[in-house]
Amino acid sequence: MKISVIITLKKDVLDPQGKVIHQTLDGMGFEDVNEVRQGKYFEIDTKETDNDKAKAKVEEMCKKLLANLVIENYKIIDPK
Amino acid sequence: MKSSVITFPGSNCDRDMDVALKKFGFKNKMVWHADAELPKSDLVVLPGGFSYGDYLRCGSMASKSKIMQSVINFANSGGMVMGICNGFQILVETGLVPGVLLRNKYLEFICKNVFVKINDKKNKYFKNVDNEVLEFHIAHNEGNYFCTNDQLKEIEDNNQIAINYCDENGKIEDQFNPNGSLKNIAGIFNKKKNVLGMMPHPERMIDTSLSGEDGSLFFKNLINNLK
Repeated sequence: MKISVIITLKKDVLDPQGKVIHQTLDGMGFEDVNEVRQGKYFEIDTKETDNDKAKAKVEEMCKKLLANLVIENYKIIDPK
Repeated sequence: MKSSVITFPGSNCDRDMDVALKKFGFKNKMVWHADAELPKSDLVVLPGGFSYGDYLRCGSMASKSKIMQSVINFANSGGMVMGICNGFQILVETGLVPGVLLRNKYLEFICKNVFVKINDKKNKYFKNVDNEVLEFHIAHNEGNYFCTNDQLKEIEDNNQIAINYCDENGKIEDQFNPNGSLKNIAGIFNKKKNVLGMMPHPERMIDTSLSGEDGSLFFKNLINNLK
């Protein structure tokens, strides 16, 4: 089963990379952008076949390694 | 005095630290990250570098390596653990010291000498250092210290800030903040002040042929405090 995770910076954490991307987009003519926030995307292929169990395991992975909860939020995307 | 320097895949200041510790009288051992047991030590150092290629987040992989459980146990039982640069990043990822280190504010790798002001001397790292201000070297891309408001309050209430970026006279202002760190924080302690994480490299300032000797002051003082 494949489970996806999206990690984003929390709202009040400065994202200098997002800011530079925003500025560049602005310079390219995409002038209606309000803000850009950069994040990370993971695809985890697990042997677990039970949907809930797999999600619980991935949640544990997020808390222990994939995200740093001081600055980041994680979102697990339901496997299809 | 016995010290141990942990080498992770991608560490590159481990041998500099070995030279510095030996110069000032430590009997130092190099310890490989995959070892489980820590040799008997009075001081454990997590050195600078780019452990695991800085993958995922700086220090995140190294913080889960085999030796780190022993280092965490050692720290929790009151042992002296010092993390420099990438070592500081590893320490925050273990949770031994609060906060995180973000990408530098202006997205540049910074490599230069800086001045830091010692904020707290009631600890074995800085006790009896005559100077208030030290000149150290920094070289990092992710040294922008950040923590939550609650953490900051706790850090300040417990006087856990070790050093702040400043000018040569000890003035702590925004213009002397190289990387955007909250409150100009360059180094912090855990609550008991036996664990120190800092971005500057004292091991790069131990000889006149390098760019200064304030690191010598630091190490001489450290070994005396541990005796």
